[in-house]
Amino acid sequence: MHASLSFDQAPPISVPYRFFLVAPWFGVMAGILLAWSGSDAFVSRWTPEALALTHLIALGFMLQAMCGALFQFIPVAVGGNVWRPKLVANTVQPLLLLATLLLVAGFLFSRPGLLSAAVPFFLLALGGFVMVVALALWRTPATGMTLWAMRMAIGGLAVTVLLGSLLAEALAYGLAVPIVELTNVHLVWGLGGWALMLLAGVSYHVVPMFQLTKPYPLWFTRWFGPLLLLLLLAWSLRLFLDLSRWSMLVTLPLLAILSVYAGLTLWLQYTRRRKIHDATSLYFRVAMVSMLILAISGAAFVLWPALGADPRSVVWLGILAFAGVFVSAISGMMYKIVPFLNWLHLQRLGGPISAVPNMKKMIPAEAMTGQLRLHVLAVVLLLAAVWQPGLTRLAGLTLAASCAWLGWNLVGSVRRYQGFRDQIRAAA
Amino acid sequence: MSVTAPLFQHHKHCDELFAQAEDACAGGDWATGEKAFALLLDQLETHFTSEEELLFPAFETATGMTSGPTEVMRGEHRQMRDLLGQMKDALASKDSDAFGGAADTLLILMQQHNMKEENILYPMCDNALGSSDVGASLVERLKVS
Ligand code: HEM
Repeated sequence: MHASLSFDQAPPISVPYRFFLVAPWFGVMAGILLAWSGSDAFVSRWTPEALALTHLIALGFMLQAMCGALFQFIPVAVGGNVWRPKLVANTVQPLLLLATLLLVAGFLFSRPGLLSAAVPFFLLALGGFVMVVALALWRTPATGMTLWAMRMAIGGLAVTVLLGSLLAEALAYGLAVPIVELTNVHLVWGLGGWALMLLAGVSYHVVPMFQLTKPYPLWFTRWFGPLLLLLLLAWSLRLFLDLSRWSMLVTLPLLAILSVYAGLTLWLQYTRRRKIHDATSLYFRVAMVSMLILAISGAAFVLWPALGADPRSVVWLGILAFAGVFVSAISGMMYKIVPFLNWLHLQRLGGPISAVPNMKKMIPAEAMTGQLRLHVLAVVLLLAAVWQPGLTRLAGLTLAASCAWLGWNLVGSVRRYQGFRDQIRAAA
Repeated sequence: MSVTAPLFQHHKHCDELFAQAEDACAGGDWATGEKAFALLLDQLETHFTSEEELLFPAFETATGMTSGPTEVMRGEHRQMRDLLGQMKDALASKDSDAFGGAADTLLILMQQHNMKEENILYPMCDNALGSSDVGASLVERLKVS
């Protein structure tokens, strides 16, 4: 049975890179959109701008990057065989790009027809992706909690896409569905069931590996995913029952397990064996601190309803989740994965290994830490802009600049890969 | 104790040595770095040869699988030895950038490699070699002095 485990099946380098290279530019678009729309955008979560911004980041930045990372991660970390990765990536990635642009345009210009037009493309792209990935995740003989978290996450993605599609059609055709409740369910599956579940599963694997920390304790990895899933299901009951009086019983435990995950990760980092800091470890810290602030302020909004009644309070949480947690964690991961993949693929060309430049030659360390500082500034400005609308344009421009710098760093790394590759081939 | 338990523990020991060497060299403390690196080099080399001379041949004889996972592991040992060579050169010329870059690369490679061994290959070896004396010889070789 073990013989079928794919030991060494990293996909061609173009597979993850075609996703990674577009992701940051959606962040740039989000920043420009924010700068252009100014202080209106953050008045409430239901402004066209807020909905467009949400999906520029959720689908353009996060989902692109996470799909690309899964193609790489599944064979290498959990020994799964992804079916025809190049074909699937070449199909899924452009479809996803197109669907995202249609959806965002639909939100921004309040054109429900465009929302509806996006749906078949999403179903095609993500339906295909989910099937191929699920097959790989269920067929692998490997075991462990990373694998289980990934299986749950891919299920979470399927639920998110189905609910999102239902919402889009409901808005386009005026279907009689409870839009607000459905949106609330859709968004926790997107952020919790998909994005957070995946982040947690990947953390179990990479936090100890990149930073030489102790492993996550077994009690945690065993319970976190299943508990999260259970709470998401309980949260979804609001579609069928009137839960307004019970909602706290789901929200507070949900925020509590977020803080356990974030606190534990920070503690593991604090007690790690490796002493060196790099952009990846710092980015992970930013993500975990943001998650803690999110959990604490979320709990405050629940416990003191007067605070939570301001429509801006949800916008505050949204910024922490998208810009604070996920954009940070993903940027940090890309800064580690991309230089390593460059090295890995270069040394497979067959030249002498010593001719292959090491990881530090792929993206200059100062460029990464400088970009990280700008990103932190962007997050702070975005949060401040929620309460000081005059800062919105500046916050948008800063976000655009930091995402452009990220994109530029990645482009530079791919250029260097190509340069070194040509040198090594010429020498051989 | 399982056959491969000593190798398992030895991975953690090597992680520790790696962190010490990297820390010293990144901070420009070359005297400490040199000692720590020599220790790391020695222990990793011992680890690789124990696997290549003892564990892998025994596994291949017991299962008849000569071109499978053990071959991949040998290839990765080669890559890691090469990176260690680069680190050694960087240490000699006190080039902390070159050292750090090679160390960063080695770390990921080594951790991925260890994970494959610990999750896949070692359990296979424990199954195939349960009744042999390979475990005792490994303990002997990997004794941490
Ligand atoms: C996979 C990741 C996704 C995440 C994390 C996500 C997240 C969200 C969030 C946070 C909201 C609430 C926005 C707000 O309150 O301002 C939302 C609403 C919505 N999403 Fe998504 N979403 C995802 C995918 C999708 C997809 C694939 C579609 C379309 C097929 C979609 C369509 C919608 C629609 C139509 C709304 C409701 C807009 C309204 O009620 O006016 N989403 N989503």
